[in-house]
Amino acid sequence: MEAINLDSTPKTPSIKFNQEEGVLEIKGRSIPENSIEFYKPLVDWLEDYAKNPLKKTLVNVQLEYFNTSSSKCILDVFKKLEAIHKSKHDIVINWYYEEDDEDMLEAGEDYESIIRVPFKMIEVVD
Amino acid sequence: MSFNLAEYYSNLSKGDVVLAYKGSITSDLINDILEGVEKRLEDADEDGKLRKKIYNVLVESLQNLFHHIETIHEGIEEPLDPKFGILVVVKDGDLYKVTTGNFINVKRIKFLKEKIDKINSLSKDELKDMYKFILNHQRLSAKGGGGLGLVDIARKSGNKLEYDFYQYNDDYYFFNLTISV
Repeated sequence: MEAINLDSTPKTPSIKFNQEEGVLEIKGRSIPENSIEFYKPLVDWLEDYAKNPLKKTLVNVQLEYFNTSSSKCILDVFKKLEAIHKSKHDIVINWYYEEDDEDMLEAGEDYESIIRVPFKMIEVVD
Repeated sequence: MSFNLAEYYSNLSKGDVVLAYKGSITSDLINDILEGVEKRLEDADEDGKLRKKIYNVLVESLQNLFHHIETIHEGIEEPLDPKFGILVVVKDGDLYKVTTGNFINVKRIKFLKEKIDKINSLSKDELKDMYKFILNHQRLSAKGGGGLGLVDIARKSGNKLEYDFYQYNDDYYFFNLTISV
């Protein structure tokens, strides 16, 4: 299937999928005014990916900031991953947060409490 | 006496002003403001944690304005730009105060006031629960707002939301929201 590969902009993160390693990476800032429009390609891609996923998919989420509009779209993305996980394919979400950024850690824990997929909280030290 | 915009703005822009803006709230403007404030905070050598909180509060405040302010203001006798809003950031001792201002139709006041009062009545844990509930149960509106902005601002700032509605005429009030970070 077509790989997804979006570069970052000042208001949107990069989104990349590495087929060989089975790694989906979302990285940067996610503060667009219209987050539905931005996340639609990823949600569509995941829907497609879910039909024939790899045995194991690693999802690295490394966001510096995200707005509340993105937070709902990120939940939609995680729900797609949850469906893949339910169909007996391994999914692990690595949630990165910068050293001392308790707000970002807490945001990850909020998702972890809603979504039934294993999360790993990873502190990034400069 | 009815609300005087010029006087309000000049009162707001006193003290150690980091940024003061009045005019159209557009997507490009939001970029410029965020970039400018980020640089100012870096130059001021503020703590990284505080910088992030201020940045987050700014993003949500500006995008709240962007999504909710009224495009046209019928019956307001001021030479207003379309999508008119005000943003002022002032340093007050150890705190940064972020203030937004916009005209609001009288019909929308009740809903907004109840929402803010509700948020202000909640503890930190209750706010977290409210955030998670809205996140998980409410769809994004066509405007792109999710009803989470104010809850998130309250969570990140850790302070109560200060607000006022000043009467302008029979149909319009001016809504002032101040967040201390």
